Amino acid sequence: MTLSTITIDINDQAYRAEVEPRRLLSDFIREDAGLTGTHVGCEHGVCGACTVQLDGAPVRSCLMLAIQAEGRSVRTVEGLSDSPEFHPLQKAFLDAHGLQCGYCTPGFLMSLEPYMRDADEISEQGIREAIAGNICRCTGYQSIVDAVQIAANEMRPQEDAER
Amino acid sequence: MKPAPFDYVRATHPDQALELLATAGDESKLLAGGQSLIPMLNFRLARPAVLIDIGRLGELSYINRQDGTLRIGATTRQAQLERSKLASAGWPLLARAIGWLAHPQIRSVGTVGGSVAHADPAAELPVACSVLEARMTVASRSGKREISADDFFVTHLTSAIEADEMLLEIAIPAAPDGAGQSFVEYSRRHGDFALGGAAVVIPLDAQGRCAGVRITLMTAAPVPWRARTAEKLLEGELPGAQQLAAAAKAAASEISPTSDIHGGSSYRKALAQTLCFQALTEAAAMATPPDVTRVGK
Ligand SMILES: Cc1cc2nc3c(=O)[nH]c(=O)nc-3n(C[C@H](O)[C@H](O)[C@H](O)COP(=O)(O)OP(=O)(O)OC[C@H]3O[C@@H](n4cnc5c(N)ncnc54)[C@H](O)[C@@H]3O)c2cc1C
Ligand code: FES
Ligand code: FES
Repeated sequence: MTLSTITIDINDQAYRAEVEPRRLLSDFIREDAGLTGTHVGCEHGVCGACTVQLDGAPVRSCLMLAIQAEGRSVRTVEGLSDSPEFHPLQKAFLDAHGLQCGYCTPGFLMSLEPYMRDADEISEQGIREAIAGNICRCTGYQSIVDAVQIAANEMRPQEDAER
Repeated sequence: MKPAPFDYVRATHPDQALELLATAGDESKLLAGGQSLIPMLNFRLARPAVLIDIGRLGELSYINRQDGTLRIGATTRQAQLERSKLASAGWPLLARAIGWLAHPQIRSVGTVGGSVAHADPAAELPVACSVLEARMTVASRSGKREISADDFFVTHLTSAIEADEMLLEIAIPAAPDGAGQSFVEYSRRHGDFALGGAAVVIPLDAQGRCAGVRITLMTAAPVPWRARTAEKLLEGELPGAQQLAAAAKAAASEISPTSDIHGGSSYRKALAQTLCFQALTEAAAMATPPDVTRVGK
């Protein structure tokens, strides 16, 4: 087994490390890049805690080898907001009690942000489908759904809100 | 857990992947989206010596329609098929099936070919391939061959693809004119593997009688199960509630699903009958005799 030096762009910054092929992307993010916002729960694809975005689409970082992501662009929860302010979705999670222990939260945020970006219309059904692959043991999901609806109102373009 | 060590090669061309398969043989495994394989590596249920990554083979990522046949390249992402207007227009059953397949985070990476090659009888795409009578093109260094869906699915997690072969394309023939199509399934939570499901195509003749109905049951047997007895029962019949109920009953009596912690065999049989009836009813409601559709257009 050979080590390879790979570079992965995470939150617009290049991270370079020498890794075994079996290095999971989740471990690359947490241990090689030191970005511990991404959480690891089950490590076999069922809980969604490790969700990040790969070229904009939500993916499970525990089900991808770091080497598969070589040369591609990853976004983690640390990259959600580029200012000290929270992203509107994070703020709404805070306001609507969309989290308790917070273990699942980075995964939910990284699944929901692309849903909100791509959906023609934000609906409760759509939100629930977007997070069907994320498990939360604390909130019972309702407050997460509420948070997304609050954020969606917040983020709606101004002209739309005035109509 | 973490995977056991392996070597990794990223194929840059389909021919190179075939060359690597031919030389590495049984010790190697193709890696497409990894959404089935990586969990198995993490659990150490699989310990290949070499992984051949075909995930970036753009040559095998396409959806097109030629002479009515839908052609899907093996490395096409499931999410691409989900969004394909070409696919949903002619094969609404496919769009329905994909909606049940796992979660957005899996479909963005998982490939159509990987799901078909994985040959899980609880998976949506193999069932869709069976009922839509898809043909799979596989290749090795020594050439290509085409396999019908019936011959392709051999048993639980086993397809007719040989160790030195790779799946290149799934070809789905046009559904008969005016045929009704349906796909229904039941799982405890959306995106979980199904406890049961049924996919149905109902073509009608000019008199509005069933002509060549196809029924495939999901999670009913080690392979997607074509319920042939039930299909024959409907031949030449009007698709009324009574006929459809009799067919659903016949379909369920053909199978003996295995019990597990998620559901016993008799429960699964009853579920298969209910879902089969639902799918038949839905497809029958959509079906129109061939000439009527043409007038409608
Ligand atoms: C939490 C979770 C839930 C899921 N739920 C569902 C579900 O509800 N329904 C469902 O259908 N699936 C489900 N899946 C599985 C998912 O659909 C996988 O994407 C799919 O089964 C495999 O596709 P892949 O591209 O990821 O293949 P991989 O995991 O890369 O490969 C799977 C197998 O196929 C082989 N293979 C891949 N491509 C080829 C090829 N071109 N030629 C020959 N062999 C090949 C590989 O060697 C391997 O043995 C789920 C997965 C997870 C993690
Ligand atoms: S840690 Fe990746 S899905 Fe649970
Ligand atoms: S907030 Fe605790 S698991 Fe979701």
